[in-house]
Amino acid sequence: MKGFFESSKQALLLTLTMFVICGVIYPFAVTGVAQAFFKYEANGSLIEVDGKDVGSELLGQSFTSPQYFWGRVSAVNYNVYSQEDTMPDENGDTAYGGVSSGTFNYAPSNPELITRIESNIDTFLQDNLGVKREQIPADLMTASGSGLDPHISVNAAFIQVERVAKASGLSVKEVDAIVKANTEDRLFGLFGENTVNVLSANIDIYKKMNAQ
Amino acid sequence: MWQIAIILAIYLPLVILAGHYLFRVTMNENTWLDPVFDKIDGIIYRVSGIKQVDMTGKQYVFTLILSNAFMVFIGYLLLRIQSALFLNPNGIDNMEATLSFNTIISFMTNTNLQHYSGESGLSYMSQMLIIIFMMFTSAATGYAACMAFCRRLVAKTDTLGNFFVDLVRIITRVLMPISFVVAIILVAQGSPQTFSANKTVETIEGKMQDIALGPVASLESIKHIGTNGGGFYGANSTTPFENPTVFSNIIEILSMMLLPGACVVAFSLMVAHRRKKTIFGKQGLAIFTAMGVLFLIGLVTVTVAERAGNPLISNLGITQELGSMEGKEMRFGVEQSALFTAVTTAFTTGSVNNMHDTLTPIGGLVPMFNMMLNVVFGGKGVGLMNMMMYVLLTIFIACLMIGRTPQFLGKKIEEKEMKLIALCILIHPAIILLFSALAVATTAGVAGITNPGAHGLSQVLYEYASSSANNGSGFEGLADNSTFWNVTTGLAMFFGRYVTIILQLAIASLLAKKIWYSDTVGTLKTDNAMFTTLLVAIVLLIGALTFLPALSLGPITEHLKIYYR
Repeated sequence: MKGFFESSKQALLLTLTMFVICGVIYPFAVTGVAQAFFKYEANGSLIEVDGKDVGSELLGQSFTSPQYFWGRVSAVNYNVYSQEDTMPDENGDTAYGGVSSGTFNYAPSNPELITRIESNIDTFLQDNLGVKREQIPADLMTASGSGLDPHISVNAAFIQVERVAKASGLSVKEVDAIVKANTEDRLFGLFGENTVNVLSANIDIYKKMNAQ
Repeated sequence: MWQIAIILAIYLPLVILAGHYLFRVTMNENTWLDPVFDKIDGIIYRVSGIKQVDMTGKQYVFTLILSNAFMVFIGYLLLRIQSALFLNPNGIDNMEATLSFNTIISFMTNTNLQHYSGESGLSYMSQMLIIIFMMFTSAATGYAACMAFCRRLVAKTDTLGNFFVDLVRIITRVLMPISFVVAIILVAQGSPQTFSANKTVETIEGKMQDIALGPVASLESIKHIGTNGGGFYGANSTTPFENPTVFSNIIEILSMMLLPGACVVAFSLMVAHRRKKTIFGKQGLAIFTAMGVLFLIGLVTVTVAERAGNPLISNLGITQELGSMEGKEMRFGVEQSALFTAVTTAFTTGSVNNMHDTLTPIGGLVPMFNMMLNVVFGGKGVGLMNMMMYVLLTIFIACLMIGRTPQFLGKKIEEKEMKLIALCILIHPAIILLFSALAVATTAGVAGITNPGAHGLSQVLYEYASSSANNGSGFEGLADNSTFWNVTTGLAMFFGRYVTIILQLAIASLLAKKIWYSDTVGTLKTDNAMFTTLLVAIVLLIGALTFLPALSLGPITEHLKIYYR
């Protein structure tokens, strides 16, 4: 019985010590170093336009205006909302329920997946006259895992160029250049995929439109 | 394919290096870091009143469970009162009782199954004091058990090693330094590390966006190093803040693979110890190769399946040349996602960089089967112990076939051990299949299923396979935050962890007390290619026998349905 109390005492004291080391000292030490050397990254890589934060370089946003590039389908609408979305409807539900992440989790065999993609294709074709069905890359019609994916494939950007140019008043050449400037190549030409950052491309368009 | 091959090629020298270091830490041999770490450990021992005396197998298991119990009770209490404590800038509420039970068991057992979403369910204090704390201690507990197991296989006594000392050494000398370095790399790539509250910005379209911040990187690194897997955010390592770039993805993949593989290397050195200096002992190499073969079979299958895409989407007339992209992130693409999926389930981490519920049927079968086998490297420490069960079983079966006395590392394997080994191997499938049967037979269980048809069964199977294997990933569509799911998966995780560890250490104790016989010409060789082949065959055979019926009704049916309807 004496052994039991002795072991319990050691177990309890070690637990408390480890609370302090792993749960307090370690995260505070990492924060200290991070804030000292990587201030921009450690605080969310926020992008400023005209002195105001407009988003994070790493997080996508939902865009609906025709003059901006559209990103991938998001189950959480990129945590983007307007004032009305926070007002409760007659059932007391709000369209925006607070910050989250995730996807629809539709199985490949789920009929709702096909219905969702089909209706998105139809909408996209209506808004992008001249684009053919087989030109649409699947990444643009499928939902990302996080619902916050900032990227689309290069083809997904190029099929939108014409619409963006028309609606923004920029020339096709200018928009093409913006896509190229915001294309991130595979790491060492090998790892990952070639991508276009939707938010940073749209900020370039926004700036160009305001300059005109 | 090349990007996967290169990452695996980088892994091999790293794992051997880490294995040698782990061996030195385990066997109390000198390292050049001792002057610093001896001081730190000394302080911890003094504060906690730890007497560094050797323990018997029984005492070792007892203290392991006792200290885990203390951690569980304090952690549970903290979750229930988190809203009133400090560091809660986002005003998060207390956690509900069954969810707290599930969460605390989940993190203590190194499972990290999450029925909550981090950004809305936990305060920063809970993320640190409970989640990060348990990620360190549960990983160290698993490895300590493995150390105790391996030491007993090569020792001639059952009284050796002290659980508290093992736990402290593994945290201060292995987990903490590596996690610190990886955390800083992740911050440099873009993971936030701050205590300030979430931010709301105004977009260029005039709307608002909430940006969830927090001490992400410090959790993210130990999450992979300790093969834990629970994310800071609901969507885990798919979220750009947890896994910002392809580079961070590769770092996270290698972090998961490092220590489970290194355990096998360290074991190989322990076996070869008394004979001569070597880079990779033959016995361990035979086991490592078997694990590697099983891993590669899974990896190739999931990559090919995901590359092929979803035929139902191709039928819609759009182009699917990048593969199946539903639930995946653009910056990773199919190959980085497939590799992550194979690694996170083989090495039993449970973090995800794509949503497994949306994988193609065969692509989803691979992670499920990895967890059902639970021996393809496996979690930190425990994976090796699980594989040792199969090693002993293989020796037993092989020796029966050729009519010799089964013997491993000079110890005879007899009736008593074999009974425990059989029990140990059967517990895992029993937990998965019995709980799955219960879930599909009750309304409370069925209520969680969100996808129609065969995939619904896959969701159930996956959840229990993940719980029992202490993996923690999920087919996340499952509406699992209900009393039924919280309690049953909590129990599955608990039994999957502790019953297995108790049985395995009991087996090790039995072997440790046995008389040592030197090998003769008649002894079955257990360190050659022949044995590796046998081992792989036995693992696959038992896996197939137990799980094929269930898998046919789930993923295989779904595959046939979308291809031939």
